Amino acid sequence: MGFLSRTMTVVWKDLMVEFRAKEMLLSVLVFALMVLVVFGFAFNPVEHDLSDIFAGIMWVAYLFAGTLGLNRSFMSERVNDALQGLVISPIDRSSIFLGKFMSNFLFMIAVELVLTPVSIILLKYPFHKGALLLGAALLLGTFGFAAIGTFLAALASNTRASEVLLPVLIFPLLAPVIIAVVRVTDAILGGDVSGVMPAFRFLAAYDVIFLAIPFLLFEYMLEN
Amino acid sequence: MLECKGVSRLAGHREILRGVDLPLEGGQVCALFGPNGAGKSTLLKIMALLTRPTRGVVLWDGEPVRGRESKVRQQLGIVSHATYLYNNLTAEENLYFHGRLFGIPRLRERVEEILEKVGLYYARRDTVGTFSRGMQQRLTIGRAILHEPRVLLLDEPYTGLDQQGQAFLNDVIRDFRNAGGACLLISHDLPDAVALADKFIILSEGRIVREGSCSDMTAESFDNIYREALEVDRESGDAWAIQFRGEG
Repeated sequence: MGFLSRTMTVVWKDLMVEFRAKEMLLSVLVFALMVLVVFGFAFNPVEHDLSDIFAGIMWVAYLFAGTLGLNRSFMSERVNDALQGLVISPIDRSSIFLGKFMSNFLFMIAVELVLTPVSIILLKYPFHKGALLLGAALLLGTFGFAAIGTFLAALASNTRASEVLLPVLIFPLLAPVIIAVVRVTDAILGGDVSGVMPAFRFLAAYDVIFLAIPFLLFEYMLEN
Repeated sequence: MLECKGVSRLAGHREILRGVDLPLEGGQVCALFGPNGAGKSTLLKIMALLTRPTRGVVLWDGEPVRGRESKVRQQLGIVSHATYLYNNLTAEENLYFHGRLFGIPRLRERVEEILEKVGLYYARRDTVGTFSRGMQQRLTIGRAILHEPRVLLLDEPYTGLDQQGQAFLNDVIRDFRNAGGACLLISHDLPDAVALADKFIILSEGRIVREGSCSDMTAESFDNIYREALEVDRESGDAWAIQFRGEG
């Protein structure tokens, strides 16, 4: 059985666990909606134009919710010490990482598919065009977030204060990608896409680097 | 088959294991005893390749396992304190998941066979979270033997099992030994484990203080040996050097 097949087995397991429990997706969605509602009340989209801060609000909701989801993704591995069950199997450690990363990425994309139209409606953003580019920005930003987030969530899950530790670790490392993805999203939503390519390239490079580093370090992390 | 040579393990400044030599041979059940904190579970984790020793090596068929861990893991079946099961998956799905990770051919048939063997076929579509501890332990044993390993590493495997379940596990271990497998059994149930094992090892403060054969050993005679071994170990730091030959 190949590397990819075993990776997909880990993804299948995560999807099945989530399908049964509906813990992660629901809690993350509700939390993200609450964040959007709070911003809606705070900035009052009926009286104010939120064009300048809309992309920032959107990504704050995604990232806060995503951090919550990442924490939960390793909680299920702590019950019955299930992560050890993965570790005693003969599969490559990097396929465990890749499987967890892929399921986290899929969960976040599912959340964003619901949240993006909801935030546009809730915050009354006049969105007309650029859906494809917006989709690409969401994919690239979420990819980087899930890659580094999966690694750090696994690292933090071995500590007693994992829920506190993960945001402390993740946001400094994510700062470059947050800045880039918010600018790109802002430009796309504003209809001025002339300068987005360098930011897209930066996001792609960040994604490759922060998928490769955890991929290589995951075995060492599991052993320690 | 699987062997520890000169294995030591440090946790901070505390030495949990001190130069332990433990060979596991095919067709043999080795019972490992010792008081709490003696280092039994740490030794099992090292043999299960879950933890690396600070000093010493783990050998597989006479060669160090380092660099071929994946191949060796394929040959190990492990039952630990935790079940390693997912509560939200059914019994069938849990076995199917582990079977896929081990790359078992004809997996569906094998999963059904194991579910029959552990007596959980009737509950195969129920989620593990709804199982009693005993049922979970039966499934854990099924998971450990699913891929037909050559070595079984069992840490307190009787946890949660009723008398019927314990008898079932004893049968599994006997069948495994008779098929040429090597088994390391950690248990606090001294009489039952001695009756099942071919040899015993007593571990105290990270050292082997006694070892010997279990043949012709009665529960009473072993109890005396066990008490004496721990007493001598407490009195003398050299007690680990005593090699008991199994005549009580």
